Amino acid sequence: MRRGALTWRLLAIPGVAWLAAFFLVAFYAIVSVGFGNVTTLYQPVPHWNPLDWNVGYVWVAVKAVLPGGQTWDAFLRTVIYVVVAVALSLAIGFPVAWYTARHAGRWRGVLLVALVLPFWISYLMRMFAWTNLLATDGYATKALHALSIDSLLSSVGLLDGRDWLGGQHVAVVMALVYGYVPYLILPLFVALDRIDDRVIEAARDLGASPAGAFWRVVVPLARTGTLAGIVLIALPMFGDYYTPDLISGSPNTSMLGNAINGYVQGGPDKALGAALTLVASAFLLVLMFSYLRVLRADQREAQRA
Amino acid sequence: MSTTAVRLARVRAGSLRARLQNPWRRPRLLAVTTWLYVLWSLVPVLLAIRFAFNEGRSRTAAQGWSLRWFWGDPTLSVFHDPTLQSALIHSLVLAALVMVVAVPLGTMLALGLRGWGGRLSGPVNVVLLLPLVTPELMFAVGMFLLFTTAFGFIGLGTTAQAIGQVTFTLSWVVLIVRGRLATIGPDVEEAAADLGAPPLHVVWRVLLPLLLPAVAASFLVAFALSIDDFVVAQYLSGGAETTTVPMRIYAQARGAPTPALNALATLMLLVSLLALVLAYAVFRALTRGEQRGSALAQLATIDSGGAR
Repeated sequence: MRRGALTWRLLAIPGVAWLAAFFLVAFYAIVSVGFGNVTTLYQPVPHWNPLDWNVGYVWVAVKAVLPGGQTWDAFLRTVIYVVVAVALSLAIGFPVAWYTARHAGRWRGVLLVALVLPFWISYLMRMFAWTNLLATDGYATKALHALSIDSLLSSVGLLDGRDWLGGQHVAVVMALVYGYVPYLILPLFVALDRIDDRVIEAARDLGASPAGAFWRVVVPLARTGTLAGIVLIALPMFGDYYTPDLISGSPNTSMLGNAINGYVQGGPDKALGAALTLVASAFLLVLMFSYLRVLRADQREAQRA
Repeated sequence: MSTTAVRLARVRAGSLRARLQNPWRRPRLLAVTTWLYVLWSLVPVLLAIRFAFNEGRSRTAAQGWSLRWFWGDPTLSVFHDPTLQSALIHSLVLAALVMVVAVPLGTMLALGLRGWGGRLSGPVNVVLLLPLVTPELMFAVGMFLLFTTAFGFIGLGTTAQAIGQVTFTLSWVVLIVRGRLATIGPDVEEAAADLGAPPLHVVWRVLLPLLLPAVAASFLVAFALSIDDFVVAQYLSGGAETTTVPMRIYAQARGAPTPALNALATLMLLVSLLALVLAYAVFRALTRGEQRGSALAQLATIDSGGAR
């Protein structure tokens, strides 16, 4: 034990107590309400004692997210939206991060500021900006029409009618990409910036083609950072309900987050909402733990350095 | 013609294949992609700001210039519409509360955990990282259920909102302070202790002054996280008087709003940018003489994991 152990403990205790009281207990509240019951007025009655748990609501929630269930459509749609949005974000984010990290030269500082700037603009404001632009007489609507992009998308069945804000899958996915891609680019930038130029040069000198050097040297070296970035944007997308609400508002595009939000904030079935949150958390736990491992490894590295 | 010129000409006119194989070629396509991305990411917001200065009621086209929606309009402007004005004030009050609670609490926790060592620090570290990986909606649902059941005595409202935001901000503060602590190293602290300083003096007179840049950065990040937070604030809101700016935008974006909503968002953005500039100035002043990359780059990478 180090000198003055008591002082260190006294310093840490308020924070530890805070996290225990408000983070761990809050999570346990979801469990207790999900495994709890409701009064005749549909007020949730949490069962704090595991021995009293009632599995009824969790069972209903599990059935709801399985094929044929009430939220199956929203669940499937969420998975598809997130996969497409993450793929598009990578397609946009990787070149941008690569250029900024390795080729930007004297523009590097300016670019870095431009890439970080969206962090300082409220997410809701960035979505709101698109509701201005995609309104029927908005600038983006006019530009997309002038470029015939709207008729092109209609002809392949990706756009239904002319109203971009009226329940279009394309609009919601693009909004998700717009909203989350800055959070992917920064970890990508950090990962790519770390790669030593000489390693790539060595691969080229040893006869690797540019593509070979990229796939066999750059990609493996950037893998951890890239995966962390993907999880970082995928997790909040799974809990997103405000992006589809602002950009579409139609049940055609509602996501898992909309379903949970509807039960917990809107409807009377808060216990079912809690149970659904539990089911979603169980699904996301894999992602959460993979990211946690990266974070822990990063921290240890930082502490060693 | 000299041979160099010939070679140069040949390289310029060279086949696409040769160009692609030249590792020192200028990546024009990448440059274009990057700058297009920057335009795409910022122009919509700039246009939303532009519409805030409209003379007319349109939020979708430019209509002259005026400050009507900031304070000119006697009923609908941010300054005169009580719902917009109170959202702005409430956002700022909440951010101030979060900063005042989260930064000292997180700094103490980071310092304490460092000295603690021992068995408990492992689990505490995991719990500390959990808020960073928990989707906001799940966290908000948990908090909401907590304050409507077991912690019903606190109830929903400003206190609950502040507690919720402090809880996820705390982890960020600890990470930032800890990152700085790692660069200080144990030598300084041990030297002070060897010279007879009791632990509290080590903290107060040695570590804390060295930690000031991290504390400044923490204030900024706490402010930014609170201002930007929508989900937790909405779930823990107790009614109209605890509505924040993002909640107001969410409620009115698809209704029948006027550019006053753009004006409100613009004011909020202005406040965030002012905070950023102020924090940058402070950070720079505090780290003067440290040759470790530009202060801007350091400040920028602080946010590199914004799990929101």
